[in-house]
Amino acid sequence: MTPLIEVRELRKDYRRGGEVLHAVDGISLALMPGESVGVIGESGSGKSTLARCITGLERPTGGRLLFRNRDVTGRSDRALRWFRRAVQPVFQDPLTALNPRWTIRQLILEPLKIHGEEDAERRLHDVLEDVGLSDQLLRRRPRDLSGGERQRVAIARAIVLRPSVLVLDEPTASVDMSMRRALLALLRRLQAEHGLTYLYISHDIRTVEETCGRTVVMYRGRMAEEGPTAAVLNSPGHVYTRVLVSAIPRIGNATGHDGRLRTRSVIGQDLSSSGCLFVERCPLALPECAAPPPVVEVRPGHRAACVLAESKGSSR
Amino acid sequence: MSGLMIEGLRISIHGRDVIRGIDLHVEPGTCVGLVGESGSGKSLTALASLGLLPSGAQVNAGRVVLGDEEIVTPDLDRTARVRGSGIAMIFQSPRAALNPVLRVGHQVERVLHRKGQRDDLRRISVAMLGDVGLLEPEKVARLYPHELSGGMCQRVVIAMGIASEPDVLIADEPTTALDVTVQADILDLLDDLRSRTGMGMLLISHDLSVVAERCASVCVMRNGQIAEAGASATVMSSPSHPFTAELVRDLMRSPVAQGRPDQARPSETEREPTQEAAG
Amino acid sequence: MRWTYAGLSAGSDSPPEILPPAGAGRLARVRTELKSHPNLAFGGTLAALVVAVAVVGRLAPPDNPLAINAGHALASPGPGRWFGTDQFGRDVLSRVLYGIGIDVLIGLTVAALALIAGSLVGLVSGYLGGWLDDIVMRVVDIVMSFPSFLLALSIAVVLGNTLPNVVVAVTIAYVPYILRLTRSSVLSVRSADYVLGARAVGASRARVMVLHVLPNAAGASVVQATLMSGWAILDVSGLSFLGVGIQPPSPELGVQVAQGASYITSGQWWVSVFPGVAIILAVLAFNFLGDYADDKLRGQGS
Repeated sequence: MTPLIEVRELRKDYRRGGEVLHAVDGISLALMPGESVGVIGESGSGKSTLARCITGLERPTGGRLLFRNRDVTGRSDRALRWFRRAVQPVFQDPLTALNPRWTIRQLILEPLKIHGEEDAERRLHDVLEDVGLSDQLLRRRPRDLSGGERQRVAIARAIVLRPSVLVLDEPTASVDMSMRRALLALLRRLQAEHGLTYLYISHDIRTVEETCGRTVVMYRGRMAEEGPTAAVLNSPGHVYTRVLVSAIPRIGNATGHDGRLRTRSVIGQDLSSSGCLFVERCPLALPECAAPPPVVEVRPGHRAACVLAESKGSSR
Repeated sequence: MSGLMIEGLRISIHGRDVIRGIDLHVEPGTCVGLVGESGSGKSLTALASLGLLPSGAQVNAGRVVLGDEEIVTPDLDRTARVRGSGIAMIFQSPRAALNPVLRVGHQVERVLHRKGQRDDLRRISVAMLGDVGLLEPEKVARLYPHELSGGMCQRVVIAMGIASEPDVLIADEPTTALDVTVQADILDLLDDLRSRTGMGMLLISHDLSVVAERCASVCVMRNGQIAEAGASATVMSSPSHPFTAELVRDLMRSPVAQGRPDQARPSETEREPTQEAAG
Repeated sequence: MRWTYAGLSAGSDSPPEILPPAGAGRLARVRTELKSHPNLAFGGTLAALVVAVAVVGRLAPPDNPLAINAGHALASPGPGRWFGTDQFGRDVLSRVLYGIGIDVLIGLTVAALALIAGSLVGLVSGYLGGWLDDIVMRVVDIVMSFPSFLLALSIAVVLGNTLPNVVVAVTIAYVPYILRLTRSSVLSVRSADYVLGARAVGASRARVMVLHVLPNAAGASVVQATLMSGWAILDVSGLSFLGVGIQPPSPELGVQVAQGASYITSGQWWVSVFPGVAIILAVLAFNFLGDYADDKLRGQGS
């Protein structure tokens, strides 16, 4: 089965005042049709940059981007027009992602106009109904809506051209907890009804946990771990994943935090980029970590780039 | 050490009722959690506790008291006095709380100076920066806010808060803007400071799990009122208010949060909430 | 530090800001606006007055502004000759009214032309960046190294002393300021998420620039253009005062001031002073309007 969308050894560098920042540093990832894959990582992990590269909004410095096995790496906006119909981003904050001067009607109609869709009015109303918004909102502007409504508008705009892939960057970050529930349910329903494939970018492990079958953990531009969500969270191979999981607030067990795996505190240090980048904060760092980390197959389909990851024959 | 007491507080802004009668009590040495969504009034409660009401705000009833000192009452003249005596507050965005053109050590020194400290400012401020977990505090003291990470900035803000030796520390979403590992570190730090200094803490968050984990008692705020209040363990295990129940149910869906990640899997299809609830 | 109530201000889940009473008609809204913005009230009134006078003065001046009447030369202000007469016996009031019309028209024209040219070039240069932007900015730097009045003066002298040439000269001097202002707004707007969003749905570069970037980047330039209307009047009248550009017998205000200058010392102050005051009032009106536009711009701040 061919992946629907795929990146191979993707790299994106930024130049900041003489220094080069490797925002994405050799990421390979494939999404199968209908899948939901989560990408978790903290600030600086490069996950948002990855999202922008996958949607063609940034030109990668290296590596390849493939859609249905067609190479679309580094193409111009004009050449990617057809690609845009298939792969759509949903941004984190709809307040900044929607032109504040436009009405909701204009915002959702825009993709239809650009691509010359016939019967745009009907499509507009269909998609509004699909995301659960009333016609009354068409005349309003983004700032007149609630956070949940705004994010629905963003989703409506993203699905109006019937894409195959949605790349969602922290879709519930700017929304309250009660809205979050509803939004995730909406996304699930849309996926089931329209056969969508999702790439969820999030720093919130709990969101990814309940929505994604497969999870990728990124650290400073590199892939730390990848595998089925349950396996990655339950028996993580990479120390960083263990640190992340143990930092999640625990409920029902007030003393649960004494056993937390803590990072070492540092003030910014220079690292050799050939070894594991987590070594400066890793509580279990070993001398071997200065060398390029091995990719250990913890189980079939579950890989971790850590010296301390062990290949496990069967589940614990 | 005095405790913070909020009694029957009612506040309106431009004529609209925002806080409709709340009671809250923070004893010295304890941590009380305040959970609510945006618009619930939780941030205004925090500001009111400092006596910092926005323009157009009117105290219609009730009061906020720190020990013997009245901070907020319906009598407007009293609230016009300058506050900052026994309560310190830290906010969601540490960078917004720091002056970008002053070195961080200097900013801590200024707080000490305001408190009446005159000698040894440099040494004490460096010691405080060390107390909040910053490595090489002498070096950090000479840095500007933009040279520090978010977590480090928040530690500096905490140092500035502690420098005034408050009776009560109010933390309004102190970790929402931070990564989860940094969040845990900062919450650990706050716990540690609380036990060392004996101050009370009011931890405000929209995330029930953060609050439930760290606070002995929790208040759930909704639409300007306290929907439910009690010991964290009780509220989590048997919530009485439907809103709280919903929040707890939401958390219980996450095996990872319960320390049982082996059951992590995408949820099966569930009914979408109705339009009104979804919003 | 100013505390804002997190719930009401810039909020994701906040209600809209306080509006005039529900169901208020247009008139009520205008009244609310006037009450909360004294700049608008004052400047708007003044500007409206100036424009009204200009229109009336152009179309129906009390007396022919060019009619020479040597018998009544240099008559002091009085009934029937409210602003007196000049050395040729021409009615100063009519000349001032007519002259305001000329100057206001020139001011608005210069501002409009500079706004259009400056913002379009600034938009393209700022959005596309690269070598185009480098070249444009170097040209702008060169032009801006001359004081604008001197630049306009030099251009006007080279082009010749006609009204259109003066308009061109002053416009050229003003374009770089609008250009830079627009460009710097564009630089910050172009990395906004909604610009990314527009690209993501397949918008062409032109569409993104004109429909998304420009409306959100034009604010500061519009304010500047409003102010420039006033300054253009100053510059144009200054040029004609020096004898460059518009020439007598045109009743342009600067020309009038120049013509009456030599009579001030001999006591016939009205020939210069009335046109001078008219210039001041016109510039003042635009300054107030510019301040109001600035307030509106800051108030929005999306």
